[in-house]
Amino acid sequence: MAKPVLPTGIVGYGAYVPRFRITGAEISRMWDGGPGTPVAEKSVPGPDEDTITMSIEAGRNALRRAEVAATELGAVWIGSESHPYAVKPSGTVVAEALGCGVQISAADWEFACKAGTEALTAAMGMVGSGMLPYAMAVGADTAQGRPGDALEYTAAAGAAALIVGPAERAVATIEATLSVVTDTPDFFRRAEQVYPVHGNRFTGTPAYFGHISNAARGLLDQLGAEPGDFSYVVFHQPNTKFPQTVGKQLGFRPEQIAPGLLAPRIGNTYSAASLLGLCATFDVARAGDRIMVVSYGSGAGADAYALTVTDRLAAVRELAPVTSTYIERRTEIDYATYAKWRGKLVMG
Amino acid sequence: MRKTYIVGTGQTPVGEHWDASLLTLAIRALNSARGAVARPVEALYVANALGGEVAGQSALGAALASAAGLEGIEALRVEAGGASGGAALRQAHLAVASGAYDIVAVVGVEKVTDLLEGPVEAALALALDADYEAAHGLTLTAGWALLQQRYMHVYGYADSAFAPFPVNAHRNAATNKGAQYRFAISPEQVLRSAKIAPPIALLDSATPGDGAAAVIVATEEVARELGGARVRIAGSSLAAGSPALGTRSDLLWLDAADRSARRAFEQARVEPKAVDVLELSDQHGIVASLSLEASGFAERGTAPRLAADGLIARDGALPLATMGGCKARGDAVGALGVYQAVELSAQLQGAAGPNQVADAQIAFAQCLGGLGATAATHVLIRED
Amino acid sequence: MQLAKHWRLKGPRYRLAAVRHPETGAICFPPPADSAEWDEVALSGQGVVESFAAVGKAADGFVDGSIMALIRLAEGPVITAQLTDLEYADVTIGLQVEMVTRKLRDLGPDGLIVYGYKFRPLLSQV
Repeated sequence: MAKPVLPTGIVGYGAYVPRFRITGAEISRMWDGGPGTPVAEKSVPGPDEDTITMSIEAGRNALRRAEVAATELGAVWIGSESHPYAVKPSGTVVAEALGCGVQISAADWEFACKAGTEALTAAMGMVGSGMLPYAMAVGADTAQGRPGDALEYTAAAGAAALIVGPAERAVATIEATLSVVTDTPDFFRRAEQVYPVHGNRFTGTPAYFGHISNAARGLLDQLGAEPGDFSYVVFHQPNTKFPQTVGKQLGFRPEQIAPGLLAPRIGNTYSAASLLGLCATFDVARAGDRIMVVSYGSGAGADAYALTVTDRLAAVRELAPVTSTYIERRTEIDYATYAKWRGKLVMG
Repeated sequence: MRKTYIVGTGQTPVGEHWDASLLTLAIRALNSARGAVARPVEALYVANALGGEVAGQSALGAALASAAGLEGIEALRVEAGGASGGAALRQAHLAVASGAYDIVAVVGVEKVTDLLEGPVEAALALALDADYEAAHGLTLTAGWALLQQRYMHVYGYADSAFAPFPVNAHRNAATNKGAQYRFAISPEQVLRSAKIAPPIALLDSATPGDGAAAVIVATEEVARELGGARVRIAGSSLAAGSPALGTRSDLLWLDAADRSARRAFEQARVEPKAVDVLELSDQHGIVASLSLEASGFAERGTAPRLAADGLIARDGALPLATMGGCKARGDAVGALGVYQAVELSAQLQGAAGPNQVADAQIAFAQCLGGLGATAATHVLIRED
Repeated sequence: MQLAKHWRLKGPRYRLAAVRHPETGAICFPPPADSAEWDEVALSGQGVVESFAAVGKAADGFVDGSIMALIRLAEGPVITAQLTDLEYADVTIGLQVEMVTRKLRDLGPDGLIVYGYKFRPLLSQV
């Protein structure tokens, strides 16, 4: 378990979800996938959107709630597995667009679906040690699934940005974090490949469930806490069922999960998924509420966090669009449009 | 300043000249214009908007002078987007008026069909503000469409209000052997045609085409030697404004057109109402409308109504596009101003055949570069 | 391949960085060509559609059918920009819009991705 040396918290948060949706039924229609789909529908980025543009909007929202100038940020770190450039950090563009000063660290992080929380843990380290006043961590993805593959039903797009800063300005203070990592090849993408491969049911028990449980139990044990001590919990959500199941296994009640469970409506936003769930939970939480967040990244690892909401949350919540504003802004597209926009129309 | 005259004209049809290069077209027009003029050409101004980008040839002055056997004379390209032709004509006028030369050739030439549509749109968009308009996806047509939408909103017109312009242009082109589209169209056809850049309709939109036109500008002495009615360049002016729409104080006022028309009228000592026949940049009805208003032919917000009332017809008070204009004669982009000079010379000399405007004495030509950022205006007067 | 050209424009393009005229105090956007030493001013990104049109045939490198607009920014300047996140039929003169940073162009597998401002209807009113 790691704790910041100085009192540290999340001082601003911002969500972004693109307006387009494709339903599971529409994807199933293409591939004779049968009636049941892992999520009802998923978000799809517009043709002019990518990880960078989504990170910029989420970042702007986070700055508004943090009520700090972009020039006060010491780092802009973007976690994603869909960085638009293989070499040239997304953070360079995002920092420039946010209006950060040139004396800043900007870098990209990659750890499958937990790249965003990797950036968050690093931000906690820099701020919690007193090295930086504020650091922004973003999780963002425009994830791709191979046509007809199970992943295509869920691989979605979204971004969430958190600004870590001093606890006295926090909307939620950070109690502690704990990370677990093993070499578990449940899902990966080789360097020159467009689509990832996954191990079907191997992604379940040894991968998602094993790592999330280890991280969550480890943090609860070391904090001397019980699931019932938390008002809310957010898990990585590759589909609707996994977070519900792992929550139950760990002893959380459905209502603790509900506010942050966005997968049924927007799919798996990969690096953004657990952080977007946290943003949605912040949209309803009250001062004093404790929130647990557990991300998961294939490969594999999990990051668990224990947070406590302050009374500043209610004061800044409306300074930027709440998560549901983006989710309810919904334009359905068909598979042909989806395939065209996502570059899936390829001869050969 | 000496008086200057148009003493020779030549042109090719505007269209798809697959078998002719830019230089071939230019030489055809130039030789035709030089036909009656025995004395040697002393300078050559080549009007061309897209040469470097589309034909892959810059330094067109040297290229054409060499190809036409005019090596050794002063020769250069004049570029001001769609106003290139008028700008080059003005350079010839100044060169002769100043006494530097007695006989100067102006060749307007454009070759667009060597590229596909996308690159041509990109080349045409070079006349817009590069960093803040073209780089954001604006095209020339879409720029005029922005102004049409605003015009409709401010003055309360429907998009059908602009149909009289292409209808008039096509009616006139039907009897012009050199026109690109020699058929009439109805207002209903314009309205039913697809919107190529909403709110602009396909049939209210000129097609950029290949073509060349040439005129010989000379002194009064040369003009008198040739005999017959003379065409004097009585007014010549070019004004530059802002390429970007956003930096204009009034979106619906073409300031450069206003200034250049005023100066040309002042030089010619005539009023707009004295004009017998006129040619404008009329790629779309909105372009002609804004030009008519800025140049003093129509009150603000009234040009479509005047067109609907028949004033722009060949027998109306303001005969416009008498050979078909950009819409139906064809739009050879940077050559436009030279085509205008060729056609209006014919009108003033009574040589316009079935398209003749009765007793035409005073003619007005204006061509615009970009979205009216450059305007070149000429007033031509017949002398007997 | 143009690299420096896009780099020079990153402030105005990414975040609508305007400049203040040193004598008149007027806010200028786009920044005039001789304004390199003037102070940068952050614009709100709020504006109103003054006119709009669809691009039928796009120039090379752009997508057919995009929607262009003239937008009067809250601080006064009028700019030309694309609208996004709406259909042509949904646009009206007077529509309130806000700036977002999106992809303007993708210059291909060996080229830059050019980012810049576009405008969308106010999120709060969708």
